[in-house]
Amino acid sequence: MLRFENVGMRYGMGPEVLRDLNFTLEPGSFHFLTGASGAGKTTLLKLMYLAHRPSRGLVHVFGRDISVTPRADLPPLRRRIGVVYQDFRLIEHLTAVENVALPLRFAGADRDETEAHVRELLTWVGLADHLDARPSTLSGGQQQRVAIARAVINRPSLLLADEPTGNVDDDIAVRLMYLFEQLNRMGTTVLIASHNEALIGRFPYPILRLEDGELQVVGSRRGAAE
Amino acid sequence: MWGRTRTDLPFDQDQSTRFLPWIVALMVLLAALAAAAALIVQRAADTWDNGLSGRMTVQIPAEDSDVAAAQSAAILTMLRATPGVISAEPLAAAAVAALLEPWLGDAAGDTDLPVPLLIDVELTPGARLDSTTLATRLSEVASGVAIDDHRVWLSGLIDLARIVELAALLVVVLIGFSAVATVIFATRSGFAVHYDIIELLHFMGARDSYVAAQFQGQAMRQGLRGGLLGAITAAALLALIGFFARDIQAAFIPPLNLDPRQWGILAIVPISAVVIAMGTARLTVLRALARMP
Ligand SMILES: Nc1ncnc2c1ncn2[C@@H]1O[C@H](COP(=O)(O)OP(=O)(O)OP(=O)(O)O)[C@@H](O)[C@H]1O
Ligand SMILES: [Mg+2]
Repeated sequence: MLRFENVGMRYGMGPEVLRDLNFTLEPGSFHFLTGASGAGKTTLLKLMYLAHRPSRGLVHVFGRDISVTPRADLPPLRRRIGVVYQDFRLIEHLTAVENVALPLRFAGADRDETEAHVRELLTWVGLADHLDARPSTLSGGQQQRVAIARAVINRPSLLLADEPTGNVDDDIAVRLMYLFEQLNRMGTTVLIASHNEALIGRFPYPILRLEDGELQVVGSRRGAAE
Repeated sequence: MWGRTRTDLPFDQDQSTRFLPWIVALMVLLAALAAAAALIVQRAADTWDNGLSGRMTVQIPAEDSDVAAAQSAAILTMLRATPGVISAEPLAAAAVAALLEPWLGDAAGDTDLPVPLLIDVELTPGARLDSTTLATRLSEVASGVAIDDHRVWLSGLIDLARIVELAALLVVVLIGFSAVATVIFATRSGFAVHYDIIELLHFMGARDSYVAAQFQGQAMRQGLRGGLLGAITAAALLALIGFFARDIQAAFIPPLNLDPRQWGILAIVPISAVVIAMGTARLTVLRALARMP
């Protein structure tokens, strides 16, 4: 699904933000990604959703070596990756429904069919009353849920979420985690970057920990506690 | 419901490209006027080329009408024997009088006036007849004979017309280039304004052609708006000029109104404006997108 070999990443001429990353995400796996602020979580996710090419090393996504994949072959790969951005990145002039429907349009799906699907999903994340609201009229937590709905609407093969529960209360956070688990059970590989140790501790999934630009894989917090 | 009414990129909030239809309208207006000038001059030059250049007029001064008549007979014989001459006919006195009437009034009909004898010579088209040599030969028969060779000054006029036509076409081409430059500038600024959304669409797996199509569609809407406005203004102006020029029948002033074929050619101008806007926007966006990973 996803394999990093000796990957290093720097911005421009700056210092290496990530160093010597070696790990594999097996298909259907579920991982958390933790690390202090500035440790490079977002940077690592950017490499995964093909927003950057690594400064060195090999990144394999869906079995393709990204460094030798022609640019024209990248869009179909990106379409199989759902991303919840740390800053949501909702499109301001589109309604919640239109934002969530965006990935379906790239996939060329039928409109009437998808609209029912989009409304259903938004209702499920508790936004039934805000289907046609503009993002700027929504609270931070509501925007976050629109962003999550957009990331999962296409049933991606790989879901990358950057602090997806940072702006919601615990009830909704757990509910969103169940959504991710449900998706994972249907086959999606999930990676969730989060600071929320308490939340991470409630789930039995392995943790990737970034520290000083290097990555270590540790067992689940819950497993360790038991 | 989505997409039908709204584009992914909020072009309608764009301050930077709002001026574009107006500039397109102005360019279409100027280009259409220049193209119309080229067409009018071209038609005039063609007319002069075909109709008049095969003629010259020989003038015999008439101090004494009897002498002049005798000279005229000799000169007619000489002219008819000259290679390249199809026919040589004296203009009737009445015809000459009619030609002079605007200057002389009724006195032109007075047979006592020393009116020169005129001989109208028709030449085979493209005949390489040197009118200066011919004049020397003719003046041996009758001193003071002058040849009015329409071809000499007319060919100068035709050359001038061709140059004016070329200059007008050059203006059209230059306007085309500035249209391309303007659209590149507007598209780049639109690209910068909407960079965040474009990047998002890109990361979500939109193909370059999908993003380019959005700009192309916007360029088409703006090009159509501007092209239509420019075309209507140009058509109104040209129709007005044609209306006021309809009664002008001066000999060498070309007709200033356009025929259906010429209107058809002019219609290419606004259509090209739309095509140029769309193509330029598309290529500009594709080049900018190529810099994304
Ligand atoms: N576009 C950029 N240009 C230059 N440096 C950057 C850029 N983005 C991030 N960095 C640097 O890379 C390092 C890692 O940043 P990153 O955003 O990946 O951290 P993070 O773990 O996501 O932090 P947080 O938990 O606060 O979101 C930081 O030192 C940051 O300053
Ligand atoms: Mg981050």
